[in-house]
Amino acid sequence: MKEVVNCVCGHVNPHGTILCESCGRVLDETQKDSKMIDMRYEGSARRSQTYNKSIIDKIWNFFSSVKVGVSLIVILLIASSVGTIFPQEQYIPPTELPEVFYEKEYGFSGKLYYLLGFHNLYSSWWYLICIAMLGTSLLIASIDRVVPLYRSLKKQKVSRHDGFLKKQRIFGITKTDQQDIEFAELKKILESRRYKIKEENGNLLAEKGRFARWGPYVNHAGLIIVLIAGMLRFLPGMYVDEVLWLREGETKGIPGTDGRYALKNNQFKVEIYDKKNKEDQTFNAAIDKVGTIVKNYQADVTLYEKEGNTLPGEEAKFKKVKDHSIKVNNPLKHDHYALYQVDFKLDELSEMSFNLMNKNTKETFGMITISLDDPKTMYKLKDGYSVELLSYFPDFEFDENQEPVTKSPIPNNPAFIFNMKTPDKPEGEVSFVAIQQTLEPLGENTYKMAFAGVDTRNVTALTVRKDLTLWIFFLGGAIFMIGVIQGAYWNHRRIWIQRKDGEIWLAGHTNKNWHGLKRDISMTLEGTNIDEPEDQLEPKNLGELEK
Amino acid sequence: MDKKQRRLIMRTSILVLLGAALVFSLYANFTKEKVAAVQKGEMARDFVLTDMDGNTHKLSDYKGQGVFLNFWGTWCKPCEYEMPYMDKQYQKYKDQGVQILAVNVGESNYSVKKFVEKHYLTFPIMIDKNKQVQTAYKIDPLPVTFLIDKNGKIIDKLTGSLSEESIQKHMERIKP
Amino acid sequence: MVELSGNLLYASFILYLIGTFFFGGAIRDKKGALEKKQNKWAVIAIGLTILGFVAQLGYFITRWVASGHAPVSNLFEFTTFFGMMLVAAFILIYFIYKTPALGLFALPIALLIIAYASMFPREISPLIPALQSDWLHIHVTTAATGQAVLSISFVAAILYLVKSVDQTRRSKKTAWLEVIMFAMVATIGFVIITSTFSAIDYKANFKWVNKYDEEAVFEYHLPALIGPHEGELMTEGKMEPFVKMPAIIDANKANTVVWSLFSGLILYVLIRLLFRKRVAAIFKPLVKNVNLDLVDEISYRSILIGFPIFTLGALIFAMIWAQIAWTRFWGWDPKEVWALITWLFYAAFLHLRLSKGWQGEKSAWLAVVGFAIIMFNLIVVNLILAGLHSYA
Repeated sequence: MKEVVNCVCGHVNPHGTILCESCGRVLDETQKDSKMIDMRYEGSARRSQTYNKSIIDKIWNFFSSVKVGVSLIVILLIASSVGTIFPQEQYIPPTELPEVFYEKEYGFSGKLYYLLGFHNLYSSWWYLICIAMLGTSLLIASIDRVVPLYRSLKKQKVSRHDGFLKKQRIFGITKTDQQDIEFAELKKILESRRYKIKEENGNLLAEKGRFARWGPYVNHAGLIIVLIAGMLRFLPGMYVDEVLWLREGETKGIPGTDGRYALKNNQFKVEIYDKKNKEDQTFNAAIDKVGTIVKNYQADVTLYEKEGNTLPGEEAKFKKVKDHSIKVNNPLKHDHYALYQVDFKLDELSEMSFNLMNKNTKETFGMITISLDDPKTMYKLKDGYSVELLSYFPDFEFDENQEPVTKSPIPNNPAFIFNMKTPDKPEGEVSFVAIQQTLEPLGENTYKMAFAGVDTRNVTALTVRKDLTLWIFFLGGAIFMIGVIQGAYWNHRRIWIQRKDGEIWLAGHTNKNWHGLKRDISMTLEGTNIDEPEDQLEPKNLGELEK
Repeated sequence: MDKKQRRLIMRTSILVLLGAALVFSLYANFTKEKVAAVQKGEMARDFVLTDMDGNTHKLSDYKGQGVFLNFWGTWCKPCEYEMPYMDKQYQKYKDQGVQILAVNVGESNYSVKKFVEKHYLTFPIMIDKNKQVQTAYKIDPLPVTFLIDKNGKIIDKLTGSLSEESIQKHMERIKP
Repeated sequence: MVELSGNLLYASFILYLIGTFFFGGAIRDKKGALEKKQNKWAVIAIGLTILGFVAQLGYFITRWVASGHAPVSNLFEFTTFFGMMLVAAFILIYFIYKTPALGLFALPIALLIIAYASMFPREISPLIPALQSDWLHIHVTTAATGQAVLSISFVAAILYLVKSVDQTRRSKKTAWLEVIMFAMVATIGFVIITSTFSAIDYKANFKWVNKYDEEAVFEYHLPALIGPHEGELMTEGKMEPFVKMPAIIDANKANTVVWSLFSGLILYVLIRLLFRKRVAAIFKPLVKNVNLDLVDEISYRSILIGFPIFTLGALIFAMIWAQIAWTRFWGWDPKEVWALITWLFYAAFLHLRLSKGWQGEKSAWLAVVGFAIIMFNLIVVNLILAGLHSYA
């Protein structure tokens, strides 16, 4: 394999070069016959094409290929769409088991979806590998192209080989005997159109927007930063994602903060759009149609920070940091942590009250109020009357042996076993009381615990989030946007104007937006004696007949 | 060094770097749930809790002894099954330098007291009222037992209900 | 204010419709088809288009004032806004390239989109808490604008294909081109059928058994060709369905789809019988003066203009807002995934064009696929795939 290619102009080009880096002469034999030359990457030698010996080179060249890159994009695109056919596991109701849910909900196809692991597609090993391969391709393909492109754009000469000019898409020859005057005039106009002019041996190169050529590499760099940020998230301490359920009036440590912060829920409320509110009346029609539309979910909280170092479980001193109303779209932010309103439960029972009552006479002997978080064993009433709480089931159900048990420690369905002691029944009467249910397991009673009311509270669920990688994602995104705008909204335009005897040759090239280049050229030539060059791709120039 | 060799070295190092990044990401992705939890091999986080009789227990005070640290709730059936076995083994091992600490995950005094009375439990039982200890130990499903050796190192983490036999075996493991 | 807003939208619809005919006139005149000099027809046509756009902008602003938030919060509002931005993007491209032929295809597509939008509930609806953010305006409008500019590439691609595909013999290309034409005809069918039955206030209730074996009720607004699982007609004197669906399929939506395809098919067959030509072949003479190379460049250019806007609106702004409202900037919600898919597709397009030299016809077919993905986003993702973004 030849290491270098020598051009007649004297410049030494790396192997694989299509157009001489310096004068633009066509070096690649296969290109010599074509009507127009391939200007991609300036005809420079892409490094990947140069060496293909060791296994490292082969892997390198594989990832350097645009074909491979595009294939990876297409594979990712198709794989991603598969993941949207049915909801991902994280979006199925939290109470459902995935192995049951998909089949129940979507039949056989759902079962298959689950068995193939598509319910967790985006964190599957093969999806991650695809992303990693695309990232590799981004990096290697960019390295492979940006270096030679930079070199050839830097080294380009003003005077170009005749063949190079003739084979540009925009090309024209004007016969004139006043070359000097025309040149001075053109130079002035092009400069006023913000072209950078280089002169050499009386020839001109007008160039503008070269920096647009770096756009793709800048945006690829942005994407690589985004991928790095995604990877950093796996590092311990970079990312916290916890949930905190908090009842009204309750204060709890914030998970994920290692006991440093505590939060108190002062109040949680849900507001709905109401036709009676003046400002909501615009929406009457929608309210009539849909029914209830929620206006606001809001948790009024107070944030506390621990003072000094204490062990978990140890009594600690907390100082208030701030009050905040957490709403959707308005999280509480402090010290890299953010607390978001994500869920709630309205009217959870907190207290229940009962009257001790004689079933026959309906006479009552006092009321007891049971805190469902902290019930007491004995409730004393007036002389000779008391109620003993024998058992308490916050979330009552009957188990398989028909024994009362509790499903959870949360007072969703409280039940009690009372022993009612009265002067006429000093041993007491046992009564089982649940919501809308009373049993007398040891025989008919004289007394009962008559339901007298409840007290409720709302519970808010907050997501606790810390993400130290956010700024890196943002940086990557910003760099990507800069690169993509740079590449898309600016064009690299070049106009070569050279003198041959008695003629002026004019050739133009742009990396895109030929319409704009042609307009630029025609406005430049307006008022000069130089003929407008031809677009060699125009149908009439290609000799095609209009159908 | 010639140009070709330099290029080979550069390419190799970039590819190795990318490969390492891929391996790291895959590994981290599949262990992310485990990393979140407290693992065996770690040193046990110190804590202080007061038991039902009003005695304070600080984990670090048990240095030199084995600690059978159990997290439980009264509504949790598997927790309930293992409690009597734990109590029997406690009677056997408490004089051999093994302590049982049973941390309730923050229920009412009433419920815990009733539970203790029902099962005649004699080992120290404490209520983690503000859930600081369970947060520090990242407790999710109950019951969970941490076996802590005399140096304060977690030598095993056991989830699910334990039989009397296995409790005895574990007691042997942490016996100093 | 609400009424004024509705009238302005109606006016813009009519103006676009008239504008389309003037664009038709503009390209019949040989002079007008050349890019440099516009003929009178073209001047009137673009004038009407701008007037229509101003009217629609008026609709947008008055509705914003009336509701207190940017009207992009439900499917009707979003889709009309998309139609409006499509017209805006067309006007922009028109002033760069001065091609009336583009208008002949861009305006009808905008009309179809606006008509399709009007089939959804049009009441001004209040914002639920998740939508109460300035990012609603910023994210949705930028994303829609990006999609609209990208859609212009489809319009140009259609122009390209109608001209370049050989209609003298049957081929895969003519068949696919007919599929595109049929999709548009079916949209017209959907609009006609839906508005006809809504004008006569058709309602039929069905009792049915859902997949949890619970009884439920469906309200049909179109006669039931397809009935729900174990469906039982409860409204007297309405049509009984021909077939019944299994419980896991939403029979009501399936019925609408079948009606659209069915009415589209009738319309399509009628057109074919009337002209005795493929639909694309009917349009072919209209585009005979079109410069393929220029149209190809318009298609490419609009992707170049639209791609950064789309990235900014549908990915970056979307992520910023998702971080604020949903606690995480990315959560693999179906709409998020489809925004990514759209983005990946156009990224692939740009790479194929830049590095593989896929220009002309290949590039035009790709632009068609891109638009199909955008429409999939608008219709299927919003109405069928469950997710946080769902308008269904």
